[in-house]
Amino acid sequence: MTSLLNRLFGRTKRGSGATAKNRLHFVLQHDRINLPPERAEEMKKEILAVIVKYLAVDQERVEIALEQRDRMHSKLVAELPIVNETYKSENLKPEPVATVATDAGSNGAGKVNEGEPEDASAEDAEEDDKEPVADKSDEDSSKDDDKR
Amino acid sequence: MAGKVVTISSGKGGVGKTTATANLGISLASLGKKVVVIDADIGLRNLDVIMGLENRIVYDLVDIVEGRSKLRQSMIKHKKFEDLFLIPAAQTRDKMAVSPEDMVKLTDELREDYDYVLIDSPAGIERGFRNALEPADEVLIVTNPEVSAVRDADRITGLIEAADKGPGRLIINRLKPDLVKKGEMLSSDDVYDILGLKIIGIIPEDELVLSASNSGIPVTLNMDSKAGMAFNNVARRLTGEDVPFMNLDDNPGLFQRLVRFLDGR
Repeated sequence: MTSLLNRLFGRTKRGSGATAKNRLHFVLQHDRINLPPERAEEMKKEILAVIVKYLAVDQERVEIALEQRDRMHSKLVAELPIVNETYKSENLKPEPVATVATDAGSNGAGKVNEGEPEDASAEDAEEDDKEPVADKSDEDSSKDDDKR
Repeated sequence: MAGKVVTISSGKGGVGKTTATANLGISLASLGKKVVVIDADIGLRNLDVIMGLENRIVYDLVDIVEGRSKLRQSMIKHKKFEDLFLIPAAQTRDKMAVSPEDMVKLTDELREDYDYVLIDSPAGIERGFRNALEPADEVLIVTNPEVSAVRDADRITGLIEAADKGPGRLIINRLKPDLVKKGEMLSSDDVYDILGLKIIGIIPEDELVLSASNSGIPVTLNMDSKAGMAFNNVARRLTGEDVPFMNLDDNPGLFQRLVRFLDGR
Protein backbone atom coordinates (compact mmCIF):
# COMPACT_ATOMS: atom_id res chain seq x y z
CA MET A 1 0.00 0.00 0.00
CA THR A 2 2.66 2.40 1.07
CA SER A 3 4.76 1.75 -2.00
CA LEU A 4 1.74 2.20 -4.25
CA LEU A 5 0.98 5.53 -2.60
CA ASN A 6 4.62 6.49 -2.82
CA ARG A 7 4.53 5.76 -6.53
CA LEU A 8 1.24 7.56 -7.02
CA PHE A 9 2.57 10.67 -5.34
CA GLY A 10 5.97 10.36 -6.97
CA ARG A 11 7.70 9.72 -3.69
CA THR A 12 10.53 7.26 -3.76
CA LYS A 13 12.10 6.15 -0.54
CA ARG A 14 15.55 6.29 -2.05
CA GLY A 15 16.24 9.89 -2.82
CA SER A 16 19.47 11.85 -2.90
CA GLY A 17 20.05 10.86 0.74
CA ALA A 18 20.77 7.30 -0.40
CA THR A 19 23.10 8.62 -3.09
CA ALA A 20 24.92 10.63 -0.43
CA LYS A 21 25.34 7.52 1.70
CA ASN A 22 26.72 5.44 -1.17
CA ARG A 23 29.13 8.17 -2.23
CA LEU A 24 30.36 8.58 1.32
CA HIS A 25 30.92 4.84 1.71
CA PHE A 26 33.03 4.86 -1.44
CA VAL A 27 35.06 7.98 -0.69
CA LEU A 28 35.74 6.98 2.93
CA GLN A 29 36.97 3.54 1.89
CA HIS A 30 39.70 5.25 -0.08
CA ASP A 31 40.31 8.07 2.41
CA ARG A 32 40.82 5.64 5.27
CA ILE A 33 43.62 3.69 3.58
CA ASN A 34 44.98 6.77 1.84
CA LEU A 35 44.67 5.22 -1.61
CA PRO A 36 42.75 7.32 -4.12
CA PRO A 37 40.39 5.48 -6.52
CA GLU A 38 42.64 6.18 -9.50
CA ARG A 39 45.68 4.59 -7.80
CA ALA A 40 43.53 1.66 -6.69
CA GLU A 41 42.60 1.00 -10.31
CA GLU A 42 46.26 1.04 -11.32
CA MET A 43 47.03 -1.40 -8.53
CA LYS A 44 44.29 -3.76 -9.64
CA LYS A 45 45.67 -3.77 -13.17
CA GLU A 46 49.16 -4.54 -11.90
CA ILE A 47 47.96 -7.33 -9.65
CA LEU A 48 46.09 -8.87 -12.54
CA ALA A 49 49.06 -8.50 -14.85
CA VAL A 50 51.21 -10.52 -12.43
CA ILE A 51 48.60 -13.23 -11.95
CA VAL A 52 47.94 -13.80 -15.66
CA LYS A 53 51.65 -14.56 -16.07
CA TYR A 54 51.08 -17.72 -14.05
CA LEU A 55 47.41 -18.55 -14.40
CA ALA A 56 44.74 -18.42 -17.07
CA VAL A 57 42.25 -16.12 -15.42
CA ASP A 58 38.75 -15.46 -16.68
CA GLN A 59 39.26 -11.71 -16.99
CA GLU A 60 35.56 -11.04 -17.53
CA ARG A 61 34.75 -12.30 -14.04
CA VAL A 62 37.67 -10.86 -12.10
CA GLU A 63 36.66 -8.91 -9.02
CA ILE A 64 39.14 -7.01 -6.89
CA ALA A 65 37.44 -4.89 -4.27
CA LEU A 66 38.07 -3.07 -1.03
CA GLU A 67 36.06 -4.25 1.93
CA GLN A 68 35.79 -2.36 5.15
CA ARG A 69 34.37 -3.43 8.48
CA ASP A 70 35.22 -0.13 10.15
CA ARG A 71 37.82 2.62 10.17
CA MET A 72 40.64 0.37 11.36
CA HIS A 73 39.83 -2.83 9.47
CA SER A 74 40.06 -2.80 5.71
CA LYS A 75 40.90 -5.60 3.35
CA LEU A 76 41.42 -6.08 -0.32
CA VAL A 77 39.44 -9.06 -1.55
CA ALA A 78 40.10 -10.52 -4.95
CA GLU A 79 38.14 -13.16 -6.78
CA LEU A 80 40.05 -14.43 -9.79
CA PRO A 81 38.28 -17.34 -11.47
CA ILE A 82 40.80 -19.61 -13.16
CA VAL A 83 40.11 -21.03 -16.57
CA ASN A 84 41.31 -24.57 -16.20
CA GLU A 85 41.41 -26.39 -19.51
CA THR A 86 42.26 -29.73 -17.88
CA TYR A 87 39.14 -29.73 -15.72
CA LYS A 88 37.00 -28.45 -18.54
CA SER A 89 37.91 -31.27 -20.89
CA GLU A 90 37.18 -33.86 -18.21
CA ASN A 91 33.98 -32.20 -17.07
CA LEU A 92 34.88 -33.15 -13.54
CA LYS A 93 34.82 -30.21 -11.20
CA PRO A 94 33.72 -26.62 -11.25
CA GLU A 95 36.56 -24.20 -11.77
CA PRO A 96 38.49 -23.51 -8.62
CA VAL A 97 38.71 -19.92 -7.53
CA ALA A 98 41.88 -18.36 -6.26
CA THR A 99 41.22 -15.92 -3.47
CA VAL A 100 43.72 -13.31 -2.42
CA ALA A 101 43.02 -11.48 0.81
CA THR A 102 45.04 -8.50 1.83
CA ASP A 103 44.70 -6.99 5.27
CA ALA A 104 45.33 -3.28 5.24
CA GLY A 105 45.25 -3.17 9.04
CA SER A 106 45.48 0.00 11.06
CA ASN A 107 48.56 1.40 9.36
CA GLY A 108 46.76 1.57 6.05
CA ALA A 109 49.57 -0.08 4.13
CA GLY A 110 48.69 -3.27 2.32
CA LYS A 111 50.73 -6.44 2.31
CA VAL A 112 49.79 -9.32 0.08
CA ASN A 113 49.07 -12.57 1.86
CA GLU A 114 49.05 -16.07 0.47
CA GLY A 115 45.75 -17.34 -0.89
CA GLU A 116 43.32 -18.46 1.78
CA PRO A 117 44.69 -21.60 3.41
CA GLU A 118 41.39 -23.52 3.32
CA ASP A 119 41.04 -23.05 -0.41
CA ALA A 120 44.66 -23.90 -1.06
CA SER A 121 44.49 -27.18 0.84
CA ALA A 122 41.22 -28.11 -0.81
CA GLU A 123 42.81 -27.67 -4.20
CA ASP A 124 45.80 -29.72 -3.12
CA ALA A 125 43.50 -32.53 -2.06
CA GLU A 126 41.83 -32.54 -5.44
CA GLU A 127 45.20 -32.70 -7.11
CA ASP A 128 46.25 -35.62 -4.93
CA ASP A 129 43.36 -37.74 -6.10
CA LYS A 130 44.72 -37.75 -9.59
CA GLU A 131 47.78 -39.06 -11.27
CA PRO A 132 50.88 -36.88 -11.55
CA VAL A 133 50.42 -33.98 -13.92
CA ALA A 134 52.99 -35.21 -16.40
CA ASP A 135 50.95 -38.33 -17.09
CA LYS A 136 47.70 -36.51 -17.45
CA SER A 137 47.35 -36.47 -21.20
CA ASP A 138 47.99 -40.19 -21.45
CA GLU A 139 45.61 -40.83 -18.58
CA ASP A 140 42.91 -38.80 -20.26
CA SER A 141 43.16 -40.66 -23.51
CA SER A 142 43.16 -44.05 -21.81
CA LYS A 143 40.05 -43.11 -19.82
CA ASP A 144 38.33 -42.05 -22.99
CA ASP A 145 39.31 -45.36 -24.51
CA ASP A 146 37.77 -47.25 -21.61
CA LYS A 147 34.49 -45.42 -21.99
CA ARG A 148 34.30 -46.28 -25.57
CA MET B 1 37.96 17.81 42.30
CA ALA B 2 39.02 16.39 38.95
CA GLY B 3 37.12 18.19 36.22
CA LYS B 4 36.70 16.83 32.75
CA VAL B 5 38.14 18.45 29.64
CA VAL B 6 35.82 18.08 26.64
CA THR B 7 36.93 19.27 23.21
CA ILE B 8 34.35 20.13 20.57
CA SER B 9 35.75 19.60 17.06
CA SER B 10 34.52 18.95 13.53
CA GLY B 11 37.19 19.23 10.86
CA LYS B 12 34.92 21.22 8.58
CA GLY B 13 34.07 24.78 9.45
CA GLY B 14 30.59 26.17 9.81
CA VAL B 15 28.90 23.03 11.12
CA GLY B 16 28.09 24.54 14.51
CA LYS B 17 31.05 23.87 16.84
CA THR B 18 30.88 27.27 18.49
CA THR B 19 27.11 27.12 18.83
CA ALA B 20 27.41 23.66 20.36
CA THR B 21 30.14 24.77 22.78
CA ALA B 22 28.17 27.82 23.94
CA ASN B 23 24.99 25.83 24.44
CA LEU B 24 26.67 22.95 26.23
CA GLY B 25 28.39 25.45 28.53
CA ILE B 26 25.06 27.09 29.37
CA SER B 27 23.26 23.75 29.78
CA LEU B 28 25.94 22.32 32.06
CA ALA B 29 25.91 25.51 34.15
CA SER B 30 22.12 25.33 34.43
CA LEU B 31 22.55 21.75 35.69
CA GLY B 32 24.59 23.25 38.53
CA LYS B 33 28.03 22.39 37.15
CA LYS B 34 31.03 24.68 37.37
CA VAL B 35 32.12 25.30 33.80
CA VAL B 36 34.84 27.10 31.83
CA VAL B 37 34.57 27.41 28.04
CA ILE B 38 37.72 28.16 26.08
CA ASP B 39 37.77 29.61 22.58
CA ALA B 40 40.80 27.96 20.98
CA ASP B 41 40.23 29.58 17.58
CA ILE B 42 42.99 32.17 17.87
CA GLY B 43 42.67 34.91 15.24
CA LEU B 44 39.00 34.17 14.61
CA ARG B 45 37.38 34.85 17.97
CA ASN B 46 33.68 33.92 17.98
CA LEU B 47 32.56 32.19 21.15
CA ASP B 48 32.35 35.55 22.96
CA VAL B 49 29.69 36.96 20.59
CA ILE B 50 27.66 33.74 20.56
CA MET B 51 27.58 33.90 24.36
CA GLY B 52 26.91 37.64 24.42
CA LEU B 53 30.11 38.44 26.35
CA GLU B 54 32.03 40.40 23.72
CA ASN B 55 31.88 43.68 25.63
CA ARG B 56 33.56 42.32 28.72
CA ILE B 57 36.81 41.06 27.25
CA VAL B 58 39.99 42.50 28.71
CA TYR B 59 42.47 39.65 28.51
CA ASP B 60 42.57 36.56 26.30
CA LEU B 61 44.04 33.08 26.00
CA VAL B 62 47.38 34.32 24.63
CA ASP B 63 47.71 36.87 27.46
CA ILE B 64 47.29 34.03 29.97
CA VAL B 65 49.71 31.69 28.21
CA GLU B 66 52.35 34.40 27.83
CA GLY B 67 51.99 35.45 31.46
CA ARG B 68 50.63 38.96 30.90
CA SER B 69 47.53 38.24 32.93
CA LYS B 70 46.55 35.92 35.74
CA LEU B 71 44.18 33.09 34.87
CA ARG B 72 41.40 34.08 37.28
CA GLN B 73 41.36 37.74 36.31
CA SER B 74 41.19 36.83 32.61
CA MET B 75 38.13 34.60 32.87
CA ILE B 76 34.87 36.34 31.98
CA LYS B 77 31.90 35.48 34.12
CA HIS B 78 28.60 34.86 32.36
CA LYS B 79 25.79 37.33 33.04
CA LYS B 80 23.29 34.70 34.12
CA PHE B 81 25.40 31.96 35.66
CA GLU B 82 27.75 32.46 38.61
CA ASP B 83 29.78 29.38 37.75
CA LEU B 84 30.15 29.76 33.99
CA PHE B 85 33.26 31.44 32.62
CA LEU B 86 34.73 32.19 29.19
CA ILE B 87 38.38 32.38 28.19
CA PRO B 88 38.29 34.20 24.85
CA ALA B 89 40.66 33.67 21.95
CA ALA B 90 43.14 36.38 21.01
CA GLN B 91 41.99 38.24 17.95
CA THR B 92 45.29 39.64 16.71
CA ARG B 93 47.60 36.66 16.98
CA ASP B 94 47.85 33.34 15.18
CA LYS B 95 47.55 29.77 16.35
CA MET B 96 51.29 29.35 16.83
CA ALA B 97 51.12 31.69 19.83
CA VAL B 98 49.83 28.74 21.88
CA SER B 99 51.27 25.21 22.07
CA PRO B 100 49.52 21.94 22.96
CA GLU B 101 51.62 21.87 26.16
CA ASP B 102 50.35 25.35 27.11
CA MET B 103 46.80 24.04 26.79
CA VAL B 104 47.54 21.02 28.97
CA LYS B 105 49.05 23.24 31.65
CA LEU B 106 46.12 25.64 31.56
CA THR B 107 43.42 22.98 31.67
CA ASP B 108 45.21 21.06 34.44
CA GLU B 109 44.93 24.17 36.57
CA LEU B 110 41.24 24.64 35.68
CA ARG B 111 40.44 20.99 36.34
CA GLU B 112 41.14 21.58 40.03
CA ASP B 113 38.21 23.96 40.47
CA TYR B 114 35.75 23.23 37.68
CA ASP B 115 33.59 20.27 36.70
CA TYR B 116 33.87 20.85 32.97
CA VAL B 117 36.35 22.62 30.74
CA LEU B 118 34.91 22.87 27.22
CA ILE B 119 37.29 23.72 24.38
CA ASP B 120 35.91 25.12 21.13
CA SER B 121 38.34 23.79 18.52
CA PRO B 122 39.05 25.71 15.33
CA ALA B 123 38.20 24.08 11.99
CA GLY B 124 40.98 22.27 10.18
CA ILE B 125 43.49 19.69 11.33
CA GLU B 126 46.49 21.90 12.03
CA ARG B 127 47.99 23.55 15.09
CA GLY B 128 44.76 25.01 16.44
CA PHE B 129 43.11 21.60 16.36
CA ARG B 130 46.18 20.03 18.00
CA ASN B 131 46.03 22.65 20.75
CA ALA B 132 42.40 21.78 21.41
CA LEU B 133 42.92 18.01 21.19
CA GLU B 134 45.98 17.58 23.41
CA PRO B 135 44.33 18.28 26.80
CA ALA B 136 41.03 16.49 25.97
CA ASP B 137 39.59 13.71 28.12
CA GLU B 138 36.78 13.33 25.64
CA VAL B 139 36.11 14.69 22.16
CA LEU B 140 32.72 15.56 20.72
CA ILE B 141 32.59 15.70 16.95
CA VAL B 142 30.02 18.02 15.43
CA THR B 143 28.83 17.21 11.94
CA ASN B 144 25.94 17.98 9.62
CA PRO B 145 24.03 15.27 7.71
CA GLU B 146 25.79 16.25 4.50
CA VAL B 147 28.62 14.60 2.53
CA SER B 148 31.49 17.03 3.05
CA ALA B 149 30.85 17.47 6.78
CA VAL B 150 30.62 13.70 7.32
CA ARG B 151 33.78 13.09 5.33
CA ASP B 152 35.69 15.64 7.41
CA ALA B 153 34.24 14.15 10.59
CA ASP B 154 35.69 10.81 9.54
CA ARG B 155 39.09 12.36 8.90
CA ILE B 156 39.13 14.03 12.29
CA THR B 157 37.96 10.81 13.94
CA GLY B 158 41.03 9.03 12.56
CA LEU B 159 43.29 11.75 13.97
CA ILE B 160 41.52 11.64 17.34
CA GLU B 161 41.98 7.87 17.52
CA ALA B 162 45.61 8.13 16.44
CA ALA B 163 46.18 10.55 19.33
CA ASP B 164 44.60 8.02 21.75
CA LYS B 165 41.74 10.39 22.49
CA GLY B 166 39.03 8.29 20.90
CA PRO B 167 36.47 7.18 20.31
CA GLY B 168 34.76 10.53 20.09
CA ARG B 169 31.02 10.93 20.30
CA LEU B 170 28.97 12.55 17.59
CA ILE B 171 26.66 15.55 17.58
CA ILE B 172 24.59 15.59 14.39
CA ASN B 173 23.64 19.22 13.98
CA ARG B 174 21.07 20.87 11.71
CA LEU B 175 19.13 17.72 10.86
CA LYS B 176 15.93 18.37 8.92
CA PRO B 177 13.45 15.61 9.80
CA ASP B 178 11.13 16.43 6.90
CA LEU B 179 13.96 16.05 4.38
CA VAL B 180 15.08 12.80 6.01
CA LYS B 181 11.51 11.54 5.71
CA LYS B 182 11.54 12.32 2.00
CA GLY B 183 14.85 10.50 1.61
CA GLU B 184 16.56 13.74 0.60
CA MET B 185 18.90 13.95 3.59
CA LEU B 186 21.18 11.51 5.39
CA SER B 187 19.41 10.23 8.50
CA SER B 188 21.13 9.93 11.88
CA ASP B 189 21.18 6.15 11.32
CA ASP B 190 22.94 6.68 7.98
CA VAL B 191 25.58 8.86 9.64
CA TYR B 192 26.02 6.26 12.37
CA ASP B 193 26.42 3.50 9.74
CA ILE B 194 29.05 5.50 7.90
CA LEU B 195 31.10 6.78 10.83
CA GLY B 196 30.52 4.04 13.40
CA LEU B 197 30.60 6.57 16.24
CA LYS B 198 28.24 6.77 19.17
CA ILE B 199 25.77 9.62 18.84
CA ILE B 200 25.47 11.90 21.85
CA GLY B 201 23.08 14.34 20.25
CA ILE B 202 20.82 14.99 17.29
CA ILE B 203 20.02 18.68 16.91
CA PRO B 204 17.17 19.57 14.57
CA GLU B 205 17.44 22.59 12.29
CA ASP B 206 15.84 25.47 14.15
CA GLU B 207 15.45 29.10 13.08
CA LEU B 208 15.67 30.12 16.71
CA VAL B 209 19.40 29.29 16.64
CA LEU B 210 19.97 32.26 14.34
CA SER B 211 17.85 34.55 16.52
CA ALA B 212 19.87 33.34 19.48
CA SER B 213 23.21 34.16 17.88
CA ASN B 214 21.82 37.51 16.72
CA SER B 215 20.98 38.43 20.29
CA GLY B 216 23.89 36.66 22.03
CA ILE B 217 21.57 34.53 24.15
CA PRO B 218 22.28 30.84 23.43
CA VAL B 219 19.26 28.93 22.21
CA THR B 220 19.26 26.48 25.08
CA LEU B 221 17.93 29.33 27.27
CA ASN B 222 14.87 29.44 25.01
CA MET B 223 12.36 26.90 26.31
CA ASP B 224 10.44 26.91 23.01
CA SER B 225 13.38 25.77 20.96
CA LYS B 226 13.75 22.16 19.93
CA ALA B 227 17.42 22.70 19.18
CA GLY B 228 17.80 24.19 22.65
CA MET B 229 16.15 21.13 24.21
CA ALA B 230 18.36 18.84 22.15
CA PHE B 231 21.53 20.65 23.32
CA ASN B 232 20.29 20.40 26.87
CA ASN B 233 19.94 16.64 26.40
CA VAL B 234 23.52 16.45 25.12
CA ALA B 235 24.72 18.16 28.31
CA ARG B 236 22.79 15.70 30.46
CA ARG B 237 24.20 12.74 28.52
CA LEU B 238 27.66 14.21 29.00
CA THR B 239 27.14 14.06 32.77
CA GLY B 240 26.32 10.37 32.41
CA GLU B 241 22.54 10.62 32.52
CA ASP B 242 20.63 8.24 30.26
CA VAL B 243 18.38 10.55 28.24
CA PRO B 244 16.22 9.13 25.43
CA PHE B 245 16.47 10.83 22.05
CA MET B 246 13.73 13.31 21.23
CA ASN B 247 11.10 12.33 18.71
CA LEU B 248 11.77 14.78 15.93
CA ASP B 249 8.90 13.49 13.81
CA ASP B 250 5.93 14.33 16.00
CA ASN B 251 4.25 16.45 13.35
CA PRO B 252 3.39 14.10 10.49
CA GLY B 253 2.05 15.77 7.38
CA LEU B 254 -1.24 14.88 5.74
CA PHE B 255 0.46 12.41 3.44
CA GLN B 256 2.15 10.56 6.30
CA ARG B 257 -1.09 10.41 8.23
CA LEU B 258 -2.89 9.04 5.19
CA VAL B 259 -0.22 6.36 4.74
CA ARG B 260 -0.36 5.44 8.42
CA PHE B 261 -4.16 5.28 8.31
CA LEU B 262 -4.22 3.06 5.21
CA ASP B 263 -1.52 0.82 6.67
CA GLY B 264 -3.60 0.42 9.80
CA ARG B 265 -0.94 2.02 11.98
